[in-house]
Amino acid sequence: MNQTEFVNIITPFKDRVFRLAKRLLVSNEEAEDATQEVLVRLWKNKAKLDNYSSVEALAMTITKNYCLDQLKSKRATELRIVHSNYSDREPGLQKQTEDRDTWQWAEKIMNTLPEQQRLILQMRDVEQYEFEEIAKIMEMNETAVRVALSRARKALRDELTKMHNYGIKRN
Amino acid sequence: MELREIEILIDKYFDAETSIAEENQLKMYFSSHDVAPHLEQYRPMFGYFAHEKNQRFEKTIPLKTRKQYVTWLSVAASVVILFGVFTFIDRQPNDNDLGTFDDPEVALRETQKALNLLSQNVNKGASTIGYLEEYESSRKTIFKK
Repeated sequence: MNQTEFVNIITPFKDRVFRLAKRLLVSNEEAEDATQEVLVRLWKNKAKLDNYSSVEALAMTITKNYCLDQLKSKRATELRIVHSNYSDREPGLQKQTEDRDTWQWAEKIMNTLPEQQRLILQMRDVEQYEFEEIAKIMEMNETAVRVALSRARKALRDELTKMHNYGIKRN
Repeated sequence: MELREIEILIDKYFDAETSIAEENQLKMYFSSHDVAPHLEQYRPMFGYFAHEKNQRFEKTIPLKTRKQYVTWLSVAASVVILFGVFTFIDRQPNDNDLGTFDDPEVALRETQKALNLLSQNVNKGASTIGYLEEYESSRKTIFKK
């Protein structure tokens, strides 16, 4: 496999890898580093890629494991990243600004969810994977994926509803 | 789409029982501008998910692995070193091979010639010993007195 072939294989899903990494690692830079790392790992194992039915699923699994490892080591060093990178270069209408504000809240709430739920929510509601694929990537069974997804969606809904009804509370 | 249908879909959605197509219907509905007021609270969720999908990975992929380059460099270096060592060894004069004669008479002659040369040179050295005797005698004359 040469470089062009490899790039053709990874191009369809490299953004997904990035978004999944960002979902867990939160900061843009770290997610970029993680994506590079995952892609380099795939490149190093390019001889074995033919053995996998879906390289994308493999890439997502690697991403998941890599990011969880990163989080574990980060937690060990007591370093927490505070994120503040919401970039959208669309021209700002008032509605858009409002939307972006609520999106930021959605993101904040999502970042408080357990990692597993964040991953599943990301893969289903953002990337729109089938349950079967998610189960494979997460190394779980489909029922467990559904349960976790339902919990994650409800948690997100409850928090957003609270905000919607009472306005934004700050502690 | 009927509001009732949307409500049913939302319930299914939160139980994680919707299909991708149904979820897309919900996304479509919430991205439109006439969302029913009692469903307004769900709008940010779907808007956020749709928005998140637009993020792109902009960095380049570092595929030119430096490791490969290093391995080839080391191969080249070792070849050069090996070559150098071999040529160096080759150039060393081979001292063990002094040559030989096939004809015994020639061999005898040559040996005699060589020995003669040696003895001549030894004699040349011995003749200079005369100077030493001169030194000895002059020493005697000086120290005896």
